[in-house]
Amino acid sequence: MTATTTASPTRTGDNPFPLGKEDLLNAYRTMKTIREFEDRLHVDFGRGDIPGFVHLYAGEEASATGIMMHLTDEDRIASTHRGHGHCIAKGVSVHQMMGEIYGKSTGACHGKGGSMHIADLSKGMMGANGILGAGAPLACGAALAAKKLGHKGVGISFVGDGASNQGMFLESLNLAAIWELPVLFVVENNGYAESTSVDWAVASDSYVDRANGFGLPGVTVDGTDFFAVYEAAGEMIRRARDGGGPSLLECKMIRFHGHFEGDAQTYRAKGEIEDIRNNRDCIRQFSRHVREAGVISQAELDAIDADVAKLIDDAVEQAKAAPLPGPADLTTDVYVRY
Amino acid sequence: MSDKIIPIIMPKWGLSMQEGRLAEWHVKEGDVIAPGQEIMDVETDKIANVVEAADGGLLRRRVAAEDTVYPVRALLGVLAPEDVPDAEIDAYVEGFVTPEPAEGEEEEGPAYLFVETPAGRLRYAERGGEGDAIVLVHGFGGDLDNWLFNIDALAASGHVFALDLPGHGQSVKKPVGLDDLVDTLEAFMDAAGTGPAHLVGHSMGGAVSAMLALRQPGKVKSLTLVDAAGLGEEINAAYIDGFVAAESRREMKPVVEHLFADKSLVNRQLVDDLMKYKRLDGVDAALRAIADSAFADGHQSALLGERIGAADIPVLVIWGAEDAVIPAAQAANVPGARVEIIPDAGHMPQMEAAARVNEVIRDFLAGI
Amino acid sequence: MARKISMKDAINEALDQEMQRDPTVIVMGEDIVGGTGSPGESDAWGGVLGVTKGLYAKHGDRLMDTPLSESAYIGAAIGAATCGLRPVAELMFIDFMGVCLDEIFNQGAKFRYMFGGKAETPVVIRAMCGAGFRAAAQHSQMLTPIVTHIPGLKVVCASNAYDTKGLLIQSIRDNDPVIFLEHKNLYAHESEVPEESYTIPFGEAAIVREGKSATIVTYGQTVHRSLDAAGALAKDGIDVEIVDLRTLSPIDTDTVIESVEKTGRLVCVDEANPRCSIASDVAATVAQEAFKALKAPVRMVTAPHTPVPFSPALEDLYIPSAERIGDAVRQTMAA
Repeated sequence: MTATTTASPTRTGDNPFPLGKEDLLNAYRTMKTIREFEDRLHVDFGRGDIPGFVHLYAGEEASATGIMMHLTDEDRIASTHRGHGHCIAKGVSVHQMMGEIYGKSTGACHGKGGSMHIADLSKGMMGANGILGAGAPLACGAALAAKKLGHKGVGISFVGDGASNQGMFLESLNLAAIWELPVLFVVENNGYAESTSVDWAVASDSYVDRANGFGLPGVTVDGTDFFAVYEAAGEMIRRARDGGGPSLLECKMIRFHGHFEGDAQTYRAKGEIEDIRNNRDCIRQFSRHVREAGVISQAELDAIDADVAKLIDDAVEQAKAAPLPGPADLTTDVYVRY
Repeated sequence: MSDKIIPIIMPKWGLSMQEGRLAEWHVKEGDVIAPGQEIMDVETDKIANVVEAADGGLLRRRVAAEDTVYPVRALLGVLAPEDVPDAEIDAYVEGFVTPEPAEGEEEEGPAYLFVETPAGRLRYAERGGEGDAIVLVHGFGGDLDNWLFNIDALAASGHVFALDLPGHGQSVKKPVGLDDLVDTLEAFMDAAGTGPAHLVGHSMGGAVSAMLALRQPGKVKSLTLVDAAGLGEEINAAYIDGFVAAESRREMKPVVEHLFADKSLVNRQLVDDLMKYKRLDGVDAALRAIADSAFADGHQSALLGERIGAADIPVLVIWGAEDAVIPAAQAANVPGARVEIIPDAGHMPQMEAAARVNEVIRDFLAGI
Repeated sequence: MARKISMKDAINEALDQEMQRDPTVIVMGEDIVGGTGSPGESDAWGGVLGVTKGLYAKHGDRLMDTPLSESAYIGAAIGAATCGLRPVAELMFIDFMGVCLDEIFNQGAKFRYMFGGKAETPVVIRAMCGAGFRAAAQHSQMLTPIVTHIPGLKVVCASNAYDTKGLLIQSIRDNDPVIFLEHKNLYAHESEVPEESYTIPFGEAAIVREGKSATIVTYGQTVHRSLDAAGALAKDGIDVEIVDLRTLSPIDTDTVIESVEKTGRLVCVDEANPRCSIASDVAATVAQEAFKALKAPVRMVTAPHTPVPFSPALEDLYIPSAERIGDAVRQTMAA
């Protein structure tokens, strides 16, 4: 899955969207891959196949996809514990990801990182992160490197509503503003930090205000609306590349699964999950928009669905069959050279 | 005061020695000492060595205590014939004042000097003396401090210069070959204004000196070749490779032990100083380039014995009998040369048997 | 003989020479330039103790004054290191580690391992350490054990200007994260330092004094206290060997064991607090690896289990003194 940037909007009479048909199909494919990947993990985790913990991104696909479509491998992202969606949208291999989640030596990190630490620096993915907010300074570093080395890369820091209170994150807003770094801070506000609601934890009502308070511009969008995310992110990334400095994008969204797999989600209201699944599914929304505009047919979407299903099946099968790392791997790669 | 009293004083080795520790006496009061006899062990922070008596006589007083540090030129002992009364010796010892640096010695100025040449900046030392220039050229991996036991003594025979070749000491560090070293030696002599000089070359420095003598006979008055390269094919390639490859004290120590007949001379300080040198930027690349040029495939590439023998230039060849780097048999490879084999010395007799080597060179120079 | 310069100047020279050699080296920290953005002079401070003075004039905006925001800028240095820069970030005092510890020990230290060998994090974090400056509890600690404990970090603490320059150049050229500790009390200490650039490998201790009676293993300021102790002990015929570790991670256990096999007696001196100190680490390693060589129990001389006191009278008691070190050696001789 490679992310592409579309140079300019291609709105025509036949296509009212800011992306061409091929890009729209890619966007759908990316979101669908994320959804199937996560839903499959949900099932397999429930069966006891997967070691450790996983934190699933299902329901949030429009955010990762809408943003990553503006990026190349030269751009860097720093993610959170809920990083599978960011990885897939940034172009990390689905097979390597599944291998990593199963702790196999074929994994993206040879089984030594696990779900929360999947990374692929060749694709500009600086890692999912078990420490929330820690990615923000790292993304500033990526942006600093781009500026010093003289290329147009940007750094993107993803945090949730919970981590948006973390000192590291807030310090990074100031640092990026004062050093005019090409960073996009994305707050994926899905309403809950583990079991704690955003109303209980975040004093400010507006992330825009919070950003402005630190000296950078902010925008809030409906994070389940792919096109809203795509347009807002595109504008901010363009500005950053042109030397306009950092911005903050709040994507208001929902997550379908619990904080971690095994979370009974008793903190949610009765019927809340059913409601969001029926009414705030970003893929269903996207699909409806593109079909109603007559740009893409159901058959084309079904074909992608079939592809994706096969991809995930294959990835799981290969991951299950792959070898575990051996005893010698325990002590390798602590240092480049000790 | 009887003029038959002769002091034994702390020697000065090299340009920066300020003091030494008298580690051990080898003679006691009442012994008759012959010139050249080993009379005491002295240690400095750079090196340890045995001191050979400069003068002969009856040792009347051991003034200095073992395991004690004394400044350079301090009184350590007194030689005098039996008929000199004890009271006079006491008075001599009481009245002895460690001399200040003699006039003409630039103790206040820098001990080391620098000069620019086309090859880059070179460090050198100069010891003023009357007469012709004597230029000392160190060997592979060495520097001008290899001559620390010789500079002062030879200054009595001429105006001594000792340089660091490129890639060595504090001179410019860049990859060079044997021919580059010859060019640079000549450029050095021009820049430092030595004029036509007596060249004294050790090991690879001997080959470099010989090559310059062949190229520019007008600039070289005589050649002293000390365990020199360039006289035969055979060389201990394992030593060269080991020296270049060593990355730690542990690896360097057994390599350096090849240089001396008395391995106890290889103390920690010597090995540490060598490692400090090797870790300077550019040294490894320079040493490899020189080794590839001079010692490729485990033998020497320059063979100069016959041509030097045929040239119209006085030649002295000195060799440590137990040289484990270049075999002493090669000393015979310069037809017509004066040859001195030094017993009980290895590849660096100018350090291990300094007094004898100084004596031989001074004698050779006096006879030209 | 090479010229003598102070440890402070050696650091400055190492930074200068590496910045000349490699355009990806950048230097950042609080007040390392001083005065940037203010109406007065730029390069007003050159670091709180003047260590980086003069570099801004030569290298311009490759030196960056940071806001008072360690987790952001130390984290940024670490992130930038994975993206092609070689940052040297100053954490003014190692005591400030608390505010950015996550970026150091959970991020920078672990990237290479967690990412299966696919990341390189060539960052150097320089920090002042140590007591004796009357800077009190929150500016005087020797937190070597904490950073030494973390797999993925390398830790350096030199005792003199020569080692400092070589090890800092080595640290900058190294491709792993290095915590480079500078003992603030040794900034003025001078030794012979070559003008040229040079390196010293990690994991190689220096024998600062050779001896036969007992081995002292230490690092940093207490190397000099141990030398003082050695002078007094020599008068009583006790001839100590002093091993200066220079790097704590990797640590040169071979040289320590070689020395203990020669002398049979070991005193570990450490300015850190006693629990889980470097002293206890070395003592346990020697007990495990060279027990038969020991003629007496190992003794550890450390700071007490207290914060660093302010009053000079107390701070002087806090730091392992030459007397305490000497007493510990005598105890191993008497056993």
